Amino acid sequence: MLSILEIIGPTMIGPSSSHTLGAMRISRFSYNLINGIPSRVTFYLHGSFQDTYIGHGTWLALLAGVCGLRTDDPKVAKADEVAEELGLEYEYRPIDLGDVHPNTVKISTEKNGIHHEVIGSSIGGGRIRINSVDSVECDLDGEYPTLIVENQDVPGALESIISVLSFYGVNIAKMQLKRESVYLRKASAMIELDSSISQEILERIRKMDVVNSALYVNSIMEE
Amino acid sequence: MNVNRFKELIDICEKTGEPLDKVVLHWEMLDSGLSPEKVVKKTEVLFDVMKESYEENRGKNLKTLVGLTGDNAKKMLDYLPFAFTGERVFQAVTIAVTIAESNASMKRIVACPTGGASGVVPGVLLTLEKYGTKREKLISSLIVAGAIGKVISLHASLSGAQHGCQAEIGSGTAMAAGAAVYAMDGTPQQVADAAALSLKSLMGLVCDPVGGFVEVPCVKRNAAGAALALLFADMARAGVKSVVPFDEVVDAMAKVGRMMPESLRETGKGGIADTPTAKNIVDVFSRKFKI
Repeated sequence: MLSILEIIGPTMIGPSSSHTLGAMRISRFSYNLINGIPSRVTFYLHGSFQDTYIGHGTWLALLAGVCGLRTDDPKVAKADEVAEELGLEYEYRPIDLGDVHPNTVKISTEKNGIHHEVIGSSIGGGRIRINSVDSVECDLDGEYPTLIVENQDVPGALESIISVLSFYGVNIAKMQLKRESVYLRKASAMIELDSSISQEILERIRKMDVVNSALYVNSIMEE
Repeated sequence: MNVNRFKELIDICEKTGEPLDKVVLHWEMLDSGLSPEKVVKKTEVLFDVMKESYEENRGKNLKTLVGLTGDNAKKMLDYLPFAFTGERVFQAVTIAVTIAESNASMKRIVACPTGGASGVVPGVLLTLEKYGTKREKLISSLIVAGAIGKVISLHASLSGAQHGCQAEIGSGTAMAAGAAVYAMDGTPQQVADAAALSLKSLMGLVCDPVGGFVEVPCVKRNAAGAALALLFADMARAGVKSVVPFDEVVDAMAKVGRMMPESLRETGKGGIADTPTAKNIVDVFSRKFKI
């Protein structure tokens, strides 16, 4: 349930919780996914984001998020200068993502030659919904540290992944499972955790036979 | 403690004799798992940021994103000694506009309850402080404001895109009015009455920003909210009651919000946004910045 602190707060950079704070949280999710600042980023803007991205400062908020700034850092208003100092190449393009929330953005990043793609919507009051990560569909709010696993669709696959988490004493808060393809025997799991996990745990999961790939995104919420 | 109505909080106060802010803190603890100490501490931080937002931007000509506002708070501050409404009301309104213009200029603000309505509560609280209300009392009043907003968010919404400006400035005004009553040592029932009177007066207010941007008429509606909040706080303290209780007013607001056409819910298509002047402003702006 919503805390009163989320009602009388949070502190943020104006002007709009859905167009700046929410936008910034989506790009912060991208930043956490690649665990750092990308060398290149393209923001594909859909709907209201496309129409009002300058007048709402959404372009700066998006940029600030991938630069790893805090959501209440006054530098958000000068994120273009921050990005320039960091040597980050960035651009904005219009896109039609179909029947999604009007405030939706696709963020495509490149770091060390590796591409990642996040689609997220700012759904009001600074809250967000991540709709897909690297083309894997999901429904995440970014609040929990999240493990995104693509695994083989075979008996016991999930059990063995979860057993690694339980071995390290990590509790699971929520979980979403999906069969990606019967033919390719591919499934995906979005596992939201009560605590963050170390690189060691992530590597262990990545090396498992039943795991095709595993991504990890730390919580986007700030103390 | 399965509370989700304001009346339940009032009942608990009456049965236990505990002050309203303490009851709210218990509700919060059972609901979100945060200890009362932690909530108080975080509320203090939010209050301090509100104060900083005002002090850092007081009397400045601000450069907003679209440039449709930005120098109004300065004009008002200069005019303050001459204000016919009186120094207190005009002070509150000036603070509200300062913060609302800061918000439109990408400055740091507290989204209480949203960015667009962020001037109302600080306008009222910082004015109370200026005229002698102690910090501790202001913090507990802000916690009471949080409970008013939370009840609204549980049964209606705080988002203009969902229920129009009544959900943003309306809720902000209800929160500020309730907080002001509490800061003036009013009873929990008077807090609810002030909140109800506020929400009733702003019922049906549409969200119609020019171009969809948080500048016109948002900034000046923050002024309206701050002035009304002080007015209704005084009326409630005088013994004026809301015939319809706050919880029912919230439900009515939700119903009105659901009936509102999309053009009047933050799309920048109806109301003030649909005037020739507004359309012209948007045309000029979008020709300048089109992807």
